[in-house]
Amino acid sequence: MAYLIQQMINGLTLGSIYGLIAIGYTMVYGIIGMINFAHGEIYMIAAFVAVIAFTALSNAPLVVAILLVLLFTMLITAAYGWTIERVAYRPLRGSFRLAPLISAIGMSIFLQNYVQLVQGARNKPVPPMVQGGFTIMDDGGFTVQLSYLQIMIVVTTVVLMVCFTQFINTTSLGRQQRACEQDKTMAALLGVNVDRTVSMTFVMGAALAAVAGVMVTLYYGVVDFFLGFLAGLKAFTAAVLGGIGSLPGAMLGGLLIGLIEALWAGYFSSEWKDVAAFSILVLVLIFRPQGLLGRPEVEKV
Amino acid sequence: MSTATVEAARPGVESVLKELCLTALAGLALTVPLVTYQTIDDVGGLQLASRWGSTVFIVVMLVLGRFGIILLRTPGRETWVTIGGGIAALIGLLDLFRDGMAHLLGIISWPAITPTYTLSFLTGVGGAILAIRAVVQVSQRNSSMTKADRDARTEAIGEQVRKLVKVFAALAVVFALTLPFLPFSNRYVIDVATLIVTYVMLGWGLNIIVGYAGLLDLGFVAFYAVGAYSYALAAQHLGISFWLALPFAGLLAASFGLILGFPVLRLRGDYFAIVTLGFGEIVRIVLINWYDVTNGPDGISGIPRPDFFGLASMTRNGSDGLPPFHEYFGLEYSSEHRIIFLYYLIVVMAALVALFTVRIRKLPIGRAWEALREDDIACASLGINRTTIKLAAFGISAAWGGFAGAFFATRQGFISPESFTFIESAIILAIVVMGGMGSLVGIAIAALLLIGLPEVFRDLAEYRMVAFGAGLVMIMIWRPRGLLSHREPSVLLANRPPPGPGRPSARPVAAAGEAAE
Repeated sequence: MAYLIQQMINGLTLGSIYGLIAIGYTMVYGIIGMINFAHGEIYMIAAFVAVIAFTALSNAPLVVAILLVLLFTMLITAAYGWTIERVAYRPLRGSFRLAPLISAIGMSIFLQNYVQLVQGARNKPVPPMVQGGFTIMDDGGFTVQLSYLQIMIVVTTVVLMVCFTQFINTTSLGRQQRACEQDKTMAALLGVNVDRTVSMTFVMGAALAAVAGVMVTLYYGVVDFFLGFLAGLKAFTAAVLGGIGSLPGAMLGGLLIGLIEALWAGYFSSEWKDVAAFSILVLVLIFRPQGLLGRPEVEKV
Repeated sequence: MSTATVEAARPGVESVLKELCLTALAGLALTVPLVTYQTIDDVGGLQLASRWGSTVFIVVMLVLGRFGIILLRTPGRETWVTIGGGIAALIGLLDLFRDGMAHLLGIISWPAITPTYTLSFLTGVGGAILAIRAVVQVSQRNSSMTKADRDARTEAIGEQVRKLVKVFAALAVVFALTLPFLPFSNRYVIDVATLIVTYVMLGWGLNIIVGYAGLLDLGFVAFYAVGAYSYALAAQHLGISFWLALPFAGLLAASFGLILGFPVLRLRGDYFAIVTLGFGEIVRIVLINWYDVTNGPDGISGIPRPDFFGLASMTRNGSDGLPPFHEYFGLEYSSEHRIIFLYYLIVVMAALVALFTVRIRKLPIGRAWEALREDDIACASLGINRTTIKLAAFGISAAWGGFAGAFFATRQGFISPESFTFIESAIILAIVVMGGMGSLVGIAIAALLLIGLPEVFRDLAEYRMVAFGAGLVMIMIWRPRGLLSHREPSVLLANRPPPGPGRPSARPVAAAGEAAE
């Protein structure tokens, strides 16, 4: 029992991170119908920027450092998200069906190796900054730990999700986004700047991925340039599982993937946990391509 | 990127300044953390090293480049842009080769303007692109041709090129066959050639599913791995020779393709791509973790080399009761025999794929693939069973991947999961995409460029994948149909002339693809 609770706590933490990344996938897919394959690399870049920023701020008080790093990283990745859309995706609107995906794969390879080139191929270790936590349960020999960091990650995610949902539902930019999602031509006719809205979608997705990147840097304490590929795939799985295009779905999918992965690693074997995640992706796409909370897509001629 | 912006009104100073500031800001945001500061492991944790010179240079260059693009929007300023771009290109070129040139001229090397060699290269390329764009814009404005005329001319040139391609292909075949006997050929050249032809074969294999059936398969390397491992395991545990194992490797990969393909083929384009990617990763993880069978990350070593069709052994002293190759043919012993033999083996295998592809394109199934690629709903409406033909494409493609994999295993003598990562799939995909999906010659040229060039420029190995990723993006933007695009149906109705240069509108799909240029 205690072991199960511990794994669930770990799973929820991991799931929050996946959920944050998954929102970027789901929003971009919702608005321009493409899989932004490079989104995982944005998360990786965020982790690297976080390492650099934490090193630069190593003398600042912890809370200030974390807040500053979060803001700075969000700013930087937002610029990356904006530039990627501008350079690699916007010229391809109206090109053939698979062009954006191929371009995104190219972008992903480019970013991965660019970071390797400018930052070196070695892993970057970060000293643990947020330590300590509560002991929830002591079940004879096995203690359930809930670290401050885990609380911070989950709370940050929940707060961000609430703010973000409010943002999409109430602000004019959020309305424009939903309008573009429904019908881009009509939205443009009604005076919505579609280009700008799409750009902002990338910016927001990248900023959320930045939060995930900072959190993961603190959580695991080590960053490498290959980090984005797997996390990106799993977050995409989460977005598909929750129903692509649906924001609550992305969060739900993220949490589920995190839980499944943690439980799988805890009860079966940690080597095969990636297979579990990929198998879910395959199974969901085959049996329920609209996901848990998504609407089924109608094939149009 | 479009010429439509040329007619835009002259931008005010204010908006130009705003745009330049935005560029500078974006440039700073992109470079300041990652380029300026590098984390370095040191005693007592990470330290930061700063490179502000590069950052400032990059941002200045970005702003200048942006300014050039803004200038191009108003007609009549192309000359300035051409001069500016030309100067940048010249500076880049001079800086890049300054040591060599100084040495040649016998003077002391001059101080560089650009901070690093990478930046000299980028300055040069960026300047050149800007200058070329300016020149193209001027020539387009000065010529009296309309866009339709230009399209028709491009089409006519394309037709000529396509005719030349046949000649070129014949020459390439002759060259490939005689390569080992050419004067400059040595062990290294043949090794590289073998590698290139392996990728040509993989590209042609993947081409069936990506180029003809129009399905983006991101997990092709899985079949390559299945082929390689099935030969390696069969040779190690059952002692089966290469020639016996080869068909099995292909068949195994094909059946694997069918098993995997069956559930995923109902999916639409990009979902299909991601699921195949997932399958590719699953196969790799299985190879790493199924230690009892695959020997995990350590891989399998000591994979036997193929013998000479069961007649002679390609080793020095002979093995398995077979006489050595040089004795069998009464030749002087040379270690190159084996390499040349392997080279011809892969050339023949690739040629088989090419013949097969050319033939099957004209069969009903080949035509069905093309129909599927162009419009899968129309294809289904015409009564074609989409699942069956997709499955066929998947299986055939997988079989070629499996053959190539068995060859890879026997050539290397050692395989491990390291060789079958997603990047490998991406490289093969890039070859197909760059070559122009569906064009055999284009794919061969792309393989030559993408595999051969990095071999030649070994010093620049670390830049290889960066250039590679950027290249994929640029091809999608400028030539989404690949270097040699070929989108006409392979088979036409008997008395209907193929849509020629005079009727560019008869090819809406190609026109849509080119509109993005």
